[in-house]
Amino acid sequence: MPKKKEEGFPRVPAVIAGGRIIDPTASIDKTGDLYIENGKIVRIEFNKLLSKKSIQSVGSHKVMDASGQVVSPGFIDLHVHLREPGREDEETVATGTKAAAAGGFTSVCCMPNTDPPLDNQENIRFVLEQAKAGFARVYPLGCITQGRKGERIAEIGDIVAAGAVAVTDDGSPVMDASVMRLAFEYSRMFGIPIVQHAEDTNLSFGGLMHEGFVSTILGMRGIPAAAEEVIVARDLKLLETFGGRLHVAHISTAGALELVRQAKKKKLPVTCEVTPHHLTLTDEEIKKSFNPNLRVNPPLRSRKDVEALREGLVDGTIDAIATDHAPHSREEKEVEFDAAPNGMIGLETAFGIVMTEIVAKGYLSLAQAVEKLTSAPAQVFGLPGGQLKIGHPADIIIFDPGQSWTYRASEGFSKSINSPFDGWGFKGKVTSTLLAGKVVYPVESKLEVVGLSPQDKIKLQVAERKKQKKRK
Amino acid sequence: MQKETLILDERQLGRVLARISHEIAERNAGAKNLVVVGIQTRGAHLARRLAQLLSELEGLKVPVGEMDITFYRDDIETRPDRPIVKKTNLPFSIDDKIIILVDDVLFTGRTVRAALDELVDFGRPKAVQLAVLVDRGHRELPIRADYVGKNIPTSLSQEVVVRVKETDRQDSVALRDKKRAKK
Amino acid sequence: MKKFAHKHLLGLEGMTREEIEFVLDTAVTFKEVLERPIKKVPTLRGLTIVNLFYEPSTRTRISFELAQKRLSADTVNFSSSGSSVKKGETLRDTVRNLEAMKIDMVVVRHASSGVPYFLTRCLESSIINAGDGAHEHPTQGLLDIYTIREKYGKVEGLRVVIVGDVKHSRVARSNIWGLKAMGASVSVCAPSTLLPAEIEKMGVEVFTDLNKALWGADVVNVLRLQLERQERGFLPTLREYSRLFGITRERLTLLNKNYTIMHPGPINRGVEITPEVADSPESVILAQVTNGVAVRMAVLYLLSGQQEEAVA
Repeated sequence: MPKKKEEGFPRVPAVIAGGRIIDPTASIDKTGDLYIENGKIVRIEFNKLLSKKSIQSVGSHKVMDASGQVVSPGFIDLHVHLREPGREDEETVATGTKAAAAGGFTSVCCMPNTDPPLDNQENIRFVLEQAKAGFARVYPLGCITQGRKGERIAEIGDIVAAGAVAVTDDGSPVMDASVMRLAFEYSRMFGIPIVQHAEDTNLSFGGLMHEGFVSTILGMRGIPAAAEEVIVARDLKLLETFGGRLHVAHISTAGALELVRQAKKKKLPVTCEVTPHHLTLTDEEIKKSFNPNLRVNPPLRSRKDVEALREGLVDGTIDAIATDHAPHSREEKEVEFDAAPNGMIGLETAFGIVMTEIVAKGYLSLAQAVEKLTSAPAQVFGLPGGQLKIGHPADIIIFDPGQSWTYRASEGFSKSINSPFDGWGFKGKVTSTLLAGKVVYPVESKLEVVGLSPQDKIKLQVAERKKQKKRK
Repeated sequence: MQKETLILDERQLGRVLARISHEIAERNAGAKNLVVVGIQTRGAHLARRLAQLLSELEGLKVPVGEMDITFYRDDIETRPDRPIVKKTNLPFSIDDKIIILVDDVLFTGRTVRAALDELVDFGRPKAVQLAVLVDRGHRELPIRADYVGKNIPTSLSQEVVVRVKETDRQDSVALRDKKRAKK
Repeated sequence: MKKFAHKHLLGLEGMTREEIEFVLDTAVTFKEVLERPIKKVPTLRGLTIVNLFYEPSTRTRISFELAQKRLSADTVNFSSSGSSVKKGETLRDTVRNLEAMKIDMVVVRHASSGVPYFLTRCLESSIINAGDGAHEHPTQGLLDIYTIREKYGKVEGLRVVIVGDVKHSRVARSNIWGLKAMGASVSVCAPSTLLPAEIEKMGVEVFTDLNKALWGADVVNVLRLQLERQERGFLPTLREYSRLFGITRERLTLLNKNYTIMHPGPINRGVEITPEVADSPESVILAQVTNGVAVRMAVLYLLSGQQEEAVA
């Protein structure tokens, strides 16, 4: 890529001025100026603030005016599918991290259910190599079992050595309890959590949506809440007996949540995450439209489950909000509901949803919501970031909590558009994302996204030319 | 209530029907091979009265039937309103019979065209003769009535309102301006 | 004034009593047409209808085709089993191709719930659901209600029991919605494994004891038991199903006088119903088939020429 123009201000000392700075770990929620040098946070000033006038001239510092907005650590997503290697037509590390940046995420943990799966050192290294060109930090997860087959545990030691932060067979559960036992025991040596996609595939077999009144009316094969709960219950028993750490991915039912709540009371090393869509949408949504973009695994549950999940977020049973960003091609999704693959994209809508559905409705304060998107997930996988600490990389976002906007999937940065939130209005929008002090969002042109295929670049060029013509 | 000009009152309408029944009997030399078929809904009521008059006149039972021609209309596609379709009931064979087809108002001729199409689906009558209470002109098809109660010259902005006791609690024919289409 | 102003017929859920009665009243006049020497009217001349059957079906397809021919419409049949994905062409591509051929109406049967809704989003034509997954089969529901109304002169106040594989039955769902709207009291009776979750919320009484379900009922609608249900393990054996849920002559004594036996067909004689019951004078199974054509004619006629979904 020709370096004709650097985005934003790369290594120039900078100051983000006049924003409301929130850092949950340091209990900071105060207006201040944040100084960045060499990509690191060097100073946070709360007392002698730059005046509006002086903002224009602070020596050699470039100034970003954040007045009226919030400055927080960049978000951390514990659960995304970047589809590389294997399905680069749906997403790449480059496009996925670009979407992450647009959604305020400066770190993403990518799932190993690629093709080939990330079940060895080599493949983990490949993803990390791809991530060098990206717009967010990428922390890959490795597989629990070889080939994600659920039969023999993978080389977890090697995988962790190569840079994986946890292991999971996400997309599928480890159905065999004896294999899960070995995974717990073996992973203890490396101190990483086992991330379980909790689904009893015998109970969920052929299921398309949550089993309940709506599935009954629609005549669709249901996935009972018990399919998730029996695996969570089993895993907690194994955890208690054989040690290790458990992280329950995309928890979706009131019952599973209660199991985790009780386990946490017993001080078991268990954590869990929830997706923005499971906090918002119910199975009723499918009845309105049969939109294949609503097909997701675990399925959208009942109103009662959604309420329980919100409560779980409030009482701390749920540690983090994670997107389960799952891109699928248009061809695969524009089909009959039961032929569509599971999953929806979520990186670019997560913050809007959390602000509109969770913060505005009074479940969490702004600072608490930021925590569930930053320091809390960082803690789950032991990741750096998630806080504004002097000397640490300046992974920082600026967002406007009052800005209303409408999400258009086709205008997003992800390569895929499979979002049921297309056309939804939200209040609260990320306006700038800085990765190690460098502005990665917004960019002046989508063309600057690296890692695009030549065809994609041509498409974008054509689209931009059209736009320019329109303006004229 | 819109202003109406009365054309026929109850007594006049009765006389007109009586005259038509005489004309039918005269032209067909009696009523032996006749059947009367009315077009739903007011034509059907008029048909029953004509059949009754003919029966009394000739001293024999003249069969009467009714037809709803909706399914044979040529403008179904362009009419999104779907009124309830009424009964078609021809409880006799029409083969080789002389059919007196009865309607209240003869206008474009399209209804009669549809009725003729429907009739031939029931058999092959010897002849079909058309009796109408009112002929208001403006024909769009080469159709002419054999028996006319009253010729009323009209403009296209007017409509002929026929009322019969069976459905409208009175017998009358009137002329009025068409209701303006709501904007 | 009574009205029926819909562009599509996707299901009976949400349909009002007035709308259903309008369709049934129209069907009455079409039934008269079917008794004429020439059982055909030119009503839909010039209209092209495609019957898109993604699931094997004999009687529903023939019934629709007959209804279309008796209305003088031009019909095209497209049959394909299995999902479009397996064929390599998406359903969307298939229907877009059809539309390019100037189709006015699409009658669709598909194993996946919601496909007719999907079609309304990618086509301009009127869509008629001829059965989608276990979701709805509205014309079957209408013809069942027609048959009941024809016999009793009314539907309101009647007690109707639907017996059999309710879980996988679109016929059951359409019947429940339609009958409830018409004021009937509806109950379902099935083995617990073949009752879908929270079915009672549809406003039906739920039984697992057939004798209790039949007691005091007027109409029994017997669902077909798909034989693969046993293979899938929903039932231990067909023998036990037949013993617990089969409609036998002895059980009929529990019903009210002047009772009616219905079945959407095809019948597994000796499994869900004994041959003597299926062929008894109280069985209206063949009348259902006749009425099916009249009801489908009414639906085709009422939907033709409707421009867009009327807002109620």
